[in-house]
Amino acid sequence: MPPHPETWLHPRPEGLHCVPGDFFIDPTRAVDRAVITHGHADHARPGHRHVLASAETLAIMRVRMGEARAGAVQQAAAPGEIVRVNGVGISLVPAGHVLGSCQVVLDYEGSRAVISGDYKRRRDPTCAPFVPVACDVFVTEATFGLPVFCHPDAASEIAKLLHSMTIFPARAHLVGAYGLGKAQRLIALLREAGYESPIYLHGALQKLCDLYQALGVSLGDLRPATVADKDALKGAIVLAPPSAVADRWARRLDDPVIAIASGWMRVRQRAKASGVELPLVISDHADWDELLATVEDVAAPEIWVTHGAEAALLRQLSLMGRRGRALSLIGYGDEAEQE
Amino acid sequence: MKPFADLLERLLYTTGRNAKIALLADYFAHRPDPERGYALAAIAGALDFPGAKPAMLRELAAARTDPELFALSYDFVGDLAETIALLWPPAARAAPPGLPDLVAALRAAPRAEIPALIEAWLDASDVSTRIALIKLITGGLRVGAALRLAKLALARQFAVEADEIEEVWHGLEPPYTALFDWLEGRAPRPAPGAAPVFRPPMLAHPIEAADLATLDWSAHRAEWKWDGIRVQLVSTPGGSRLYSRGAEDISAAFPEIVAAMDFHAVLDGELLVIRDGAVAPFADLQQRLNRKSVPAKLRAAYPVGVRLYDMLFEGETDLRGLPFDARRARLEAWFASTSPASMDLSELIPFAAAADLAALRAGARDAAIEGLMLKRADSPYLAGRPKGHWWKWKRDPLSLDCVLMYAQRGHGKRSSYYSDYTFGVWTAEGALVPVGKAYSGYTDAELQRLDRWIRAHTVASYGPVREVEKAIVLEVGFDAAQRSTRHKSGIALRFPRILRIRDDKPAAEADTLETARLLLPS
Repeated sequence: MPPHPETWLHPRPEGLHCVPGDFFIDPTRAVDRAVITHGHADHARPGHRHVLASAETLAIMRVRMGEARAGAVQQAAAPGEIVRVNGVGISLVPAGHVLGSCQVVLDYEGSRAVISGDYKRRRDPTCAPFVPVACDVFVTEATFGLPVFCHPDAASEIAKLLHSMTIFPARAHLVGAYGLGKAQRLIALLREAGYESPIYLHGALQKLCDLYQALGVSLGDLRPATVADKDALKGAIVLAPPSAVADRWARRLDDPVIAIASGWMRVRQRAKASGVELPLVISDHADWDELLATVEDVAAPEIWVTHGAEAALLRQLSLMGRRGRALSLIGYGDEAEQE
Repeated sequence: MKPFADLLERLLYTTGRNAKIALLADYFAHRPDPERGYALAAIAGALDFPGAKPAMLRELAAARTDPELFALSYDFVGDLAETIALLWPPAARAAPPGLPDLVAALRAAPRAEIPALIEAWLDASDVSTRIALIKLITGGLRVGAALRLAKLALARQFAVEADEIEEVWHGLEPPYTALFDWLEGRAPRPAPGAAPVFRPPMLAHPIEAADLATLDWSAHRAEWKWDGIRVQLVSTPGGSRLYSRGAEDISAAFPEIVAAMDFHAVLDGELLVIRDGAVAPFADLQQRLNRKSVPAKLRAAYPVGVRLYDMLFEGETDLRGLPFDARRARLEAWFASTSPASMDLSELIPFAAAADLAALRAGARDAAIEGLMLKRADSPYLAGRPKGHWWKWKRDPLSLDCVLMYAQRGHGKRSSYYSDYTFGVWTAEGALVPVGKAYSGYTDAELQRLDRWIRAHTVASYGPVREVEKAIVLEVGFDAAQRSTRHKSGIALRFPRILRIRDDKPAAEADTLETARLLLPS
């Protein structure tokens, strides 16, 4: 009988540890061997000796932390490739979260665990869609693990932004968007909606947008907001990290419409507390229905929850007759807070 | 219903007072009668649907969701209407009822049919309309400040003085057709007549160090600032009413005061629990607030009275244009001849120099005294908070360094964040004992930091309450410490708020229960 994954996959303070392969998935501190699901800072930390990830994730890590800190040995796993470490088969399958994001599929002596990393099921023009993989244990995130989270269609939120620009044609629309993934997805969605004008960027977004373009995701005419003529920003879209929106940086704009693109914008008082005038409910994480659909799709009898609102998801799993387990891994979710 | 829901949504995300007034003015200018009148009534809390209560909406939602998932969602969202609106299955087709139709249908329907009616409306609405709908029918839209803004919006849109609206307001009924007819020039102004209507009270500014330095003390009068609730007593041939400072009619909760109003006058004062001439702490008055009726036992245990500050009308005569000294003389003469039950006069504190008052203020240990009021001798009685007439000079807050023990998610604008903090001090045995709970005083940045810290340092959960590692020291400010039998520590703090996070202080060096007890009144 194949060994149950709980006998060879353990939560440890550093993160989820594969015992026979002696490697960690998304460890929160520097380790000898790491498998990284995607490039967000709370999943991809600097200073590991050996890093296995998708080629795009490795490229993102190099841009964010520099060549030297992105791993002494960097190994890219190609789609469909199986990397063997001490009897454990590792393969990376798209997670649909951001460019390069992957689920980690682990096969050991006939038993299979899939670690989702962060994921979503909605269409995203900037990355490959999530592929469900049947398994014995599915390790899922639960950032939006409450039934109140039902993300609307992203295109309708983009339409809301474009409509606001017609109501306030002389005001800049300053959109707070997380720098890796969300910003590029917003730009791509705006282009799909027919918005051709230049989009102005906070300096922190420039390098990653350049990388996306270099990796074949076309984003159109992007310009730095910092050097732009102030008048050019009137009536334009300016993208910045959410932290810069509430900061002194935003004062360079004359009476901007403050928007933030995030799944948290679904809850009105929370949106209000962040000072937005135009909340845009656009998320790169699965909403409640996507979490439940994924649980069905992977057909796993047992679900482990890494981080987020695990209590509600565990309750729902018990209603669905599945075994659920909270791993309560510490250290994830800094990105999710801004997401 | 949709235009009204849109208005509420835009008001929510608009921060500026003027921008809010502009949105309201635009709504009143463009929506037809009687819709706009019912919208105004909803904001005023003047619509009551006895057949539709929050519990019934909970039941409707419960029939469609798992109770545990509902509870977890409500804990996160922090608002019942929004929780239900978000959990409700998406509408197949959006066709919400019009506001007047909705009011008519709710009033006409037998009680047993109301749940089905509401259910059908929720099924036909989008999220923001569902929120507005639920808040409307459960009375959750009532916000005092919003009503004042709505009146200012009407004043601006139809070019009248806001006080002209205020004076006729309490004689009007929804959907306020008489009001709009007057505002749009189709009818004369409704008569305030003999109705016991509320007049906007005069409020004070907190005094700053710079004001203290330049104040002409000889031109000011001083009174104690009592820690009760500010009230207006209105008694006319049309009836007697007791109003809170926010224009809420609280007569039913204080029948003994209304019974004592056997005169014709409009008075300004402080409602207090007074036993044998001594003012009891605010906690006692709290036992009497927010009641629709009062058992005799409660009246006996918490006897209330009004300490009179000012007189706005004597009989039919409007005194508001007179200087403070002249009004005070009228008040004293009237009080001497009328001697109303359950009332006394606020004492004028004699003083020769600023230093006398500073010493009195610093020395006031009575828990029921918040500080001093300074009033210019020649001030007319002006509505609102006019600058340079009345000052409040509060006592400096007391403070303790406490250890954060438990946290809970907040409601309203702090919803979904861990914003309600229970904190404690050390006993002689080295244990922590809670002394209070605060949910204000911190900055947004501090709130977010504490929220993140709490989620990462939870050691136990009790329903919605999280117990955290005992590692964060909070400097807690409060107006007074009171003895309490309800708290294990024996101490209750009045108006506690977080002054700052003491990153410089390890938890072991926080204050002790012994230190806290020194702050109790002797």
